[in-house]
Amino acid sequence: MPSAETLLREIRALPLGDVRIMEVCGTHTMAIAEAGIRSLLPENVKLLSGPGCPVCVTPAEVIDAVLALSMDKNLILASYGDMIRVPGSTPGDSLQRRRALGADVRICYSPMDALEIAAKNLHKEVVFLGVGFETTAPGTAAAVLAAGERGLKNFSVWSMLKTVEPALRALMGTEGFNVQGFLCPGHVATILGEEGFRFLPASCRMPAVISGFESGDILFALCRLLMQIADGEPRLENAYPRAVRPEGNRLAKAMMGRCFAPRRELWRGLGEIPASGLGLREEWAAFDAEKKFGVTVGAEKPTACRCGEVITGMREPPRCPLFGKRCTPEDPVGPCMVSSEGACAAWYKYQIP
Amino acid sequence: MDEIITLDYGSGGKKTARLIENSILPALSNPALNALTDGAILGDLVFSTDSFVVDPIFFPGGDIGKLAVCGTVNDVAVCGAEPKYLSCSFIIEEGLPMAALSRVIASMKAACAQAGVQVVTGDTKVVERGRGDKLYINTAGIGFLKYPGLSPAKLREGDAVLISGTAGDHGTAVMLARSGMMQTELTSDCAPLNRLCAAILDTGAAVRVLRDPTRGGVATTLNEFVEGTSLGIELAEGAIPVRPAVKAACAMLGLEPLYCANEGKLLCVAAQEDAEKLLAAMRALPEGENAAQIGVVTANAPGKVLMKTALGGRRVLQKLAGAQLPRIC
Repeated sequence: MPSAETLLREIRALPLGDVRIMEVCGTHTMAIAEAGIRSLLPENVKLLSGPGCPVCVTPAEVIDAVLALSMDKNLILASYGDMIRVPGSTPGDSLQRRRALGADVRICYSPMDALEIAAKNLHKEVVFLGVGFETTAPGTAAAVLAAGERGLKNFSVWSMLKTVEPALRALMGTEGFNVQGFLCPGHVATILGEEGFRFLPASCRMPAVISGFESGDILFALCRLLMQIADGEPRLENAYPRAVRPEGNRLAKAMMGRCFAPRRELWRGLGEIPASGLGLREEWAAFDAEKKFGVTVGAEKPTACRCGEVITGMREPPRCPLFGKRCTPEDPVGPCMVSSEGACAAWYKYQIP
Repeated sequence: MDEIITLDYGSGGKKTARLIENSILPALSNPALNALTDGAILGDLVFSTDSFVVDPIFFPGGDIGKLAVCGTVNDVAVCGAEPKYLSCSFIIEEGLPMAALSRVIASMKAACAQAGVQVVTGDTKVVERGRGDKLYINTAGIGFLKYPGLSPAKLREGDAVLISGTAGDHGTAVMLARSGMMQTELTSDCAPLNRLCAAILDTGAAVRVLRDPTRGGVATTLNEFVEGTSLGIELAEGAIPVRPAVKAACAMLGLEPLYCANEGKLLCVAAQEDAEKLLAAMRALPEGENAAQIGVVTANAPGKVLMKTALGGRRVLQKLAGAQLPRIC
């Protein structure tokens, strides 16, 4: 791979006007901020963070429902660490606070950890918060299938899983959307394959490059993307071939298909998008926490937080009126500030003011 | 909504600072406390205390007993004092195997011998099962001030920022032990630092400040040096020694080495012309063998710690906001 200096020289030499690139993966958001890539790019190139952080696109009302469920004394709530500090519609109210008030909330690295918690606590219900995109969906499916095989009746999954393509299509249809190319998420592409992103150039005329996560990978992918934009021929390039195959991971896709079916899903910032969520199929209803506990999600409440505009690329984090004032990583109002992959957290944490 | 204490308040970062400033200082204020140094400086005496609640109580490279001795010894030593006497209180949950307690005490004995300190007073309490977690230890330490005047207020533009070895070993080793996820060679760096402090200060170099970057890690300690001042610190990412295993484990666990606790490392700010001499003095001891200069004090970024990244970009390195949380993917 060419050196950073070479790539930056090539980027600067490209005949480009103002260009806005969107990355749609929380790991990219953090990696870009951590490596200080924005400070290296010419001023005409802007990097925006799209709806790539699964926590950030979870509506506050869903978190409210999670918080309510967490207080059930007969229940252990298992979650990835990112969800622990996310506030619901009341700032400061989070699973972390509920845990301090007595809720049994456990942090897991994998849905399989939650399954083991269930196996060790047969007298309690264990609910796993299935958050993420196609990257975490296969692992969540594997846990449901394993729970079925082992007959673990006290285990269930609350699926908040979402899929990337419908969200990107909805995003591109948003009024005022102004992005000239997508830096595509290597992790999701590992599962979906190159084919998962072909729709971008093929049906949306949108330049797209699949990128890895080392700072050099990202710079290389950005360079490829900018070259594409400069030559005006949208196509899909795979700049992460060491992990991403054209067809993706067939086994993982098959597992997802066995366990989940597409459904309407509410996204923070984007609203309801048809077929953009993954719900448990009817045959797995016994492991579906929403059905098991009759979960209801309240109507969307207005908030001063501009997370929605941030994740659609309409607003840079510092232009949210709460940014760095009422909303900081230690007292977050919006999920973009609390999630370790959120655009606001990345900006607040790493950006030189 | 009523404010309650959450784990974030114990992380050693911004919320801990807020707890101290808003809840503790207003009531208990006095000149020695208000300085908020690792130990109180009382004329020729330095006095410090620390509580240890680590889980698990045994971890690769140490245990809660070794940690309780080293932690307090180090807090006294970085003030420029020679640590001498410790107090030790045990809060034991009933059900703890006697053998475990004996093992912890044996390890305290070894650490005391290594550091040249004695436990001269103590206390034991046993609480009902479920009202504590196996074993908590509090130690306090007294030392005699030998090198007065160390303070972050002494920093000058152009000073060198040095570290005595690799960053993030303790925090990462404990997190790995807790997760039970991976078997690695990684061990905690838990060690007494009084010999290293003395070796540094005996060089006669213009040392401005010493600090052991425990909770909150290197990033938080460096921020404490410069916050609210007209000076900043610029670090060079490539110069910061981090073990490959720590880097890899942190990447998997969603942690950052510069925010992970260290229990056997020193940060030292000193005049740039003395940097080589100090690095040589540190490297002469096993606990300082990986010492390196990691940055400089600058007037360009008042109150901030900046990082020049491996790619050549620049970013801010903040204080830890709250407990580090593992990530989704």
